[in-house]
Amino acid sequence: MSGLIASLLVLIICLIISTISGTADISLNQVYAALTAYDGSREHLIVRTVRIPRSLIAIMVGAALAVAGALMQGLTRNPLASPSILGVNAGAAFAVVIATFIFGNNSLYVYAGFAFAGAGLSAITVYTISSISRGGLTPLNLTIAGAAITAFISAITSAILILSQKTLDEIRFWLAGSVAGREINLLIQVLPYFALGLILAFALSRQITLLSLGEDVAKGLGVKTARIKILSALSIILLAGGSVAVAGPIGFIGLIIPHIVRFLVGLDYRWILPYAAVFGAILLLVADILARIVLKPIELPVGLVMPLIGAPFFIYLIKLKVNKK
Amino acid sequence: MTKQWLIIRLKGFPVSFYINRQVPGILLAIALLTLAGIVISLGYGEYQIPPLEVIKTLLGLETTNPDYPFIINTLRLPRILVAFLVGTGLAIAGTIIQGITRNPLAAPGIIGVNAGASLSAVSLLVLFPNAPISILPFAAMVGALLVSLLIYFLAWDGGSSPIRLILVGVGFNLIVNAITNLMVTFGDINNVSQALVWLAGSVYGRNTEQVLALLPWIGIFGILALLLAGELNTLNLGDDTARCLGSKVEWQRGLLLLTSVALAGASVATAGAVGFVGLMAPHLGRQLVGSSHQGLLPVAGACGGMLVVWADLLGRLLFAIELPCGIITAAIGAPYFLYLLIQNRAQ
Repeated sequence: MSGLIASLLVLIICLIISTISGTADISLNQVYAALTAYDGSREHLIVRTVRIPRSLIAIMVGAALAVAGALMQGLTRNPLASPSILGVNAGAAFAVVIATFIFGNNSLYVYAGFAFAGAGLSAITVYTISSISRGGLTPLNLTIAGAAITAFISAITSAILILSQKTLDEIRFWLAGSVAGREINLLIQVLPYFALGLILAFALSRQITLLSLGEDVAKGLGVKTARIKILSALSIILLAGGSVAVAGPIGFIGLIIPHIVRFLVGLDYRWILPYAAVFGAILLLVADILARIVLKPIELPVGLVMPLIGAPFFIYLIKLKVNKK
Repeated sequence: MTKQWLIIRLKGFPVSFYINRQVPGILLAIALLTLAGIVISLGYGEYQIPPLEVIKTLLGLETTNPDYPFIINTLRLPRILVAFLVGTGLAIAGTIIQGITRNPLAAPGIIGVNAGASLSAVSLLVLFPNAPISILPFAAMVGALLVSLLIYFLAWDGGSSPIRLILVGVGFNLIVNAITNLMVTFGDINNVSQALVWLAGSVYGRNTEQVLALLPWIGIFGILALLLAGELNTLNLGDDTARCLGSKVEWQRGLLLLTSVALAGASVATAGAVGFVGLMAPHLGRQLVGSSHQGLLPVAGACGGMLVVWADLLGRLLFAIELPCGIITAAIGAPYFLYLLIQNRAQ
């Protein structure tokens, strides 16, 4: 518990740093004034319409992706699984690329709608196909059906990008994943999905722990495995679909954070999920701060900065924690 | 009921094969389909040649048009052979990796082959657009080898373990891919378009020299893979069981990994980051002949070759602009694979 509180404190400190760092130098006092005594000055405007929205979005998206990833790995018992294996990112990218190809350049709101629809549709397809395969909705069927559908959708997306250079140019920044330039309204629109997804995930955490011990064990202990799988799929679609709608396809968090959390807190998903949420939020926020200040005034897409800072730490943890059998 | 297994022992050579009885039939079927694909592909193009003439030319017989041998043997055959070899190499490499890691999501990419080759190739295309295109395969091969070696040694801790190999592979791939994507996001749009074609995997404009450069890699390491198939079956049972059965686990795993890296590295260096074949051809093979590697390796390899040959043909046929074969392999391979997955339910 104390660990969780400590990480929440770290998150708050990161949030404060995030509001003062960026292209424009803004002091802590000005941030405080912008919140309490708003006077419409340029600095106050930046804090209210740029810094705070993007920080909050980074926190929500980071938390949602990490929880979705943890659910996914618990469900499939595969260390390579992540929400993108359900086709969430591929489906969202496909829908957004199609929309751009047909209708031309669009607002982030339009992208968000298409992304969410694409993510949901492909996840439902993956679930349907694996449940009508031999053996039903087993982890193996889910992962290989997901991998096949992801490959299929990504292939069509690449085909469009190769055939139409214009689409590629318009959409490649979105495809890299970023939380820059998002308005607070975008977050408010997807907030209900995030909330519902998180509540669902936490409500399922006990059963996911049992399920991660193996299908038979879980059944023996009285878990209604089919229902749990459907409900966690719903949670993953809400969380990962909402994330990709707001921030574009960000792949790293959902794959890596669950591993890092498991190294630290063990195998109980009642602890894994809250820790994953906080760690995911911290990672995305820190990566976003770095994306802003490393090559100031050029901003890098956070989806590309994150692996560069997160993956070395991850490899270090593996060396430390995964012992020789 | 006939016996389901076929046992082949070679006298005076310490190798034996224990394969599913269906394997020879399925291999023959795949071979016929592949040949059909090759003949159609050779005849199709700006200058159409009827299938009968194609076969005559291939056999070295007299044809109605003296230009045919040049068009077929010099212009079209190399790219199709490259397609076949690349497909076979990637499929065998993927089967080995999935066998070693015991993970159905593993592909040659997991040990960094694609990421390494992609990074060096995309850097070359985006940062040095004036560099001669002929050094691209070398750069890609070096990148592939370097990254996979790095992953193997980073994952080494008094011994290799499949799970550490996977996790380090994932982490390292993410870093390398992020750098590649930075270049895709910020590079000049024309160079990026070209890089995307390479990243999707294409056999456009490959010549006889490249076939001859690729052939020994696929031939030698393909045969090595077949000889090691029994070991792969043993390793697939788990490290402890394999050790009890007398397998030198580290040595065999290292050898198998090396085989896989060589096969995939040579393929990716020649045709770009063709992604789908290495992941899916092993599953395709398993749906057809089960999971004993002595039968699975050749069937998966043949499936991979066939897939890429047909994919290349369709990529040229479908649109006015030629689509890279790596895209079509996924676009036709994935639905067929899903069909197999669902249809097997009835059995």
